[in-house]
Amino acid sequence: MLQIISLLVENKPGALMRVTGVLTARGFNIESLTVAKTFDPTLSRISIVVDVESSLRSQVVKQMNKLVNVLQAVDLTDGPAVARELVLIRIRANMNSRTAILKEAEIFGARIVDSSTEGFAIEATGDPEKMNEFIDIMRSYGDIEVTRSGLVAVSLDNKKLRLSPPVVREKTEPVTT
Amino acid sequence: MFGYPGGVTLPFYDALYDHPIRHVLVRHEQNAAFAAQGYARSTGKVGVCCATSGPGATNLVTGLVDAMMDSIPVVALTGQVTSKLIGSDAFQEADTFGITRSCTKHNFLVKSIADLPQTIHEAFYLASSGRPGPVLVDIPKDVFQGQAHYTPVTTIHLPGYKLNTEGHTGQIRRAAQMMWEAKRPMVYAGGGIIHSGAHEELRQLVEMLDAPTVCTLMGLGALSSTHRNFISMPGMHGSFAANMGMTQADLLIALGVRFDDRVTGRLAAFAPHAKVIHVDIDPAEIGKNRAADLPIVGDAKKVLGRLNKFLEELKPAEAPKNAAARAAWWDQMRGWRDAHPLTPEFSDEEIKPQHVMMEIDRLSAGEAIVSSDVGQHQMWAAQFIRFNHPRLWLNSGGLGSMGFGLPSAVGAQFARPDKLVFAIIGDGGFQMSIPELATLANHALPVKIVVVNNGYLGMVRQWQELFYNNRLSAVQLDTFPDAEKLAGAYGFPGRTIEKPSELRSALETAVKSPGPYLLNIRVTPFENVYPMVPAGAAINEMVLRPPQPVPVGK
Ligand SMILES: Cc1ncc(C[n+]2csc(CCOP(=O)(O)OP(=O)(O)O)c2C)c(N)n1
Ligand SMILES: [Mg+2]
Repeated sequence: MLQIISLLVENKPGALMRVTGVLTARGFNIESLTVAKTFDPTLSRISIVVDVESSLRSQVVKQMNKLVNVLQAVDLTDGPAVARELVLIRIRANMNSRTAILKEAEIFGARIVDSSTEGFAIEATGDPEKMNEFIDIMRSYGDIEVTRSGLVAVSLDNKKLRLSPPVVREKTEPVTT
Repeated sequence: MFGYPGGVTLPFYDALYDHPIRHVLVRHEQNAAFAAQGYARSTGKVGVCCATSGPGATNLVTGLVDAMMDSIPVVALTGQVTSKLIGSDAFQEADTFGITRSCTKHNFLVKSIADLPQTIHEAFYLASSGRPGPVLVDIPKDVFQGQAHYTPVTTIHLPGYKLNTEGHTGQIRRAAQMMWEAKRPMVYAGGGIIHSGAHEELRQLVEMLDAPTVCTLMGLGALSSTHRNFISMPGMHGSFAANMGMTQADLLIALGVRFDDRVTGRLAAFAPHAKVIHVDIDPAEIGKNRAADLPIVGDAKKVLGRLNKFLEELKPAEAPKNAAARAAWWDQMRGWRDAHPLTPEFSDEEIKPQHVMMEIDRLSAGEAIVSSDVGQHQMWAAQFIRFNHPRLWLNSGGLGSMGFGLPSAVGAQFARPDKLVFAIIGDGGFQMSIPELATLANHALPVKIVVVNNGYLGMVRQWQELFYNNRLSAVQLDTFPDAEKLAGAYGFPGRTIEKPSELRSALETAVKSPGPYLLNIRVTPFENVYPMVPAGAAINEMVLRPPQPVPVGK
C-alpha cells in the first residue's frame, strides 16, 4: 500500500541518503520523493511516497525518527493532509487539435506556459489521480512528454515538533603528560 | 585506542607520537574494531578504533556492523584523502561516509578543522548515549594537517536526536499492576540491561516478583547465573525449561531485548499465551517483531528503579492473590528443569567440548572474562559457563562474526588488566585471528586462548548433518598449525591436548602461566549442540538430544 511520509530534516550532507537508506535496507521501492529547503535554510522538507506493507508502516517512520538528522517524520497516509503534484507536459499539437487541448487544459485548471507552432507546454497541479487523468487525456491528442514533481504534502494536524535541547558537556581536561 | 596507520593518517599518528593517549597497534583493522568492542563490552566505556582511508576504512566495516547489531559504543576515526581530491578516485580513496552510513548509528565527514572538536564530542556523545552504537568520523588529510585555535566544547546540540530515558509513569504503574496479576510471569532480559547498568535493579525486580528469568545470549550475566531464579539462555540453543517457560507464560517481562529470531523461533508460535511488557530505550524495537501489550520507552535502569517502587507499594495487597498459582508455576518450571536439564557430555576416551566448558567454568567460578568466537563452541560456552556479573561474557551475538573472539579478548585484557581473560575460539575462527597473536605477544597480554578444535566448521557441519543429509561440503579444516610451534614462533607457550585426563591440568597450567597461552584442545569432531530448535520451528518444538539407538523390535 502506498504510504506518504513527510519529514523535516537538517539540511546536512548525507541526510537524504540516511532517509532513503531506511527504505532501501528493506527493499522498498520509492514511488516519488521531493526535497526542498524550508523557510529556515538549515532545514529541508522531504515528502516520500513509498510502497510499504501496512504492517511495517509505523516501523519505517520510527526508524526515520531515529536518524540524528531527522527532526520529525510523520505518516500522512491516513491523517488529514493535503497532497499535490505538479505536472509539466509538452504536447505536439496541429492546428486541428489546438482548441480542444486548450479547452481540456481549462477544465483541469492547467496553465499554458509556452505556445509555439509545434504545440504547447502546459503546467497542471492537483492530486495525483487527477493528474493521471489529465495526462491520459493529453495523450489522446498526440505525442507528449511528461515531467512530474512527485507528491508534496502538508499535514493539517497540528503536530508539535519535539526537539532535543542542548546538553552541557561536563568539562573535559585535555590529557597532558 | 586500537588502530593501524596509513598515508592520510600520518599527521594524526605524528601527533600521537608523543601524546599520552595510548594507541595499540593491532595487526588488521577489523581487529581494531573488535578490540575496541572488547574494551567497550568489558567496561561500558566507549572503545576507539582508527584506520587509514580506503582499505583501512573498508576493513573496519565488519566490526562496525557487529557493534551496531549488539549496540556497542565505539568511535571509529578514519582518514580520508585531502578534501580537494575527494570524489576524484584518488589513491586509497573510498567513499567511507557512504559505505558506513548503514553500519553506524551516525557518521560524519569533517569538512573543516573548525568543526573537528565539536564533531568528536558529538561522536562520543552519540556512541554512548541512548541506545549505544558505533559512530564514525571521517577526517580528510588536510583537516588533520590544519592548524586552529582550540576552543573547548561546552554544549552539544543535536535537536533531532530524541532520547526517551525516563519512561511513562502511568505505563510503569500499569506494568507493576500487570506483574502482580500474572499467574505465570517470566522475565526475559537482554543486552539492554547490561548497557544501561540495570543489573542491580533487575535482581531486585526478579526477587520481588520471584519470577523465573531467562537472559539472552547478549544478556548473560545481567542476572547472575547462580541466582536461584535464573533458568538459562532461551531460544535456538536454550534449555527446555527456558523455552517451555516462554511458551507457557502468561506474562513476558521483556527488558532490553529485541525478540530476535534466534530467541523467538517461529514468531507466530512464540509465547502464544503471554501478554508482553516491553521496556526498551529504542522506540523502534517496540512492536518491531512482537506487539507489546504494554510498551515502555526508557532507559532500563531508570524504568526498573521506578517500577520496583510501584511493585513494592502494591506487594502487600496484590502478592497474596496469586501466591498459589505462582507456586504452581515454579513447580512446573522445576519439573521442566529436572526433566531435561542442560547436561554436559563427558567421555573417558575423547574430550567432549562441553567438558572443556565445565572445566573453564570451574576455573572461572563466575568471575573470569570469557570472550567467545562464533560457532558451536560459543553455544556450549553460553550454556555451561556461569557469569556472576555483567560484562564478563563477550560475544558477537547479532552479527555472529567469526574472528571476533581473540581481538575482543585483546581489548578486554587492556581494559581489565586485573582480570583473567579466556578467548574461547573454534579452529575455524582461530585461523581468522592468527595475526593478533603478535599483538598479544607484543604486550605480553595474559589472554588464555582455548581453541576448541573439532577439525570442522562445526556449526555449519551440524546443519549439514541435520538438514542436508550429512553431505559435508567445504566444512572440514584439514590442516591446523602445530600449536606449540605456532605460539613458540611468537615467543609464548602453546600446547595441544587430546586426552580427557590432561584437560584439567592443562587448563590450570595455562591459567598459571604469566603471559599469553595457546591451548589447542582436540575434541570430538561430530558433537552437536543440543537442545536445538530447527529453523522455522516453534521454540517448544526442540530437538533435545541426538537420535538414540533404538532396540530392534520383536
Ligand atoms: C565471518 C564469518 N564467516 C562465516 C560464518 C558462518 N559460520 C558460522 S559458525 C561457522 C563455523 C565456525 O567454525 P569453528 O570456528 O571451527 O567453530 P565450531 O563451530 O567448530 O565450534 C561458520 C563458518 C560466520 N559466522 N562468520
Ligand atoms: Mg571447529
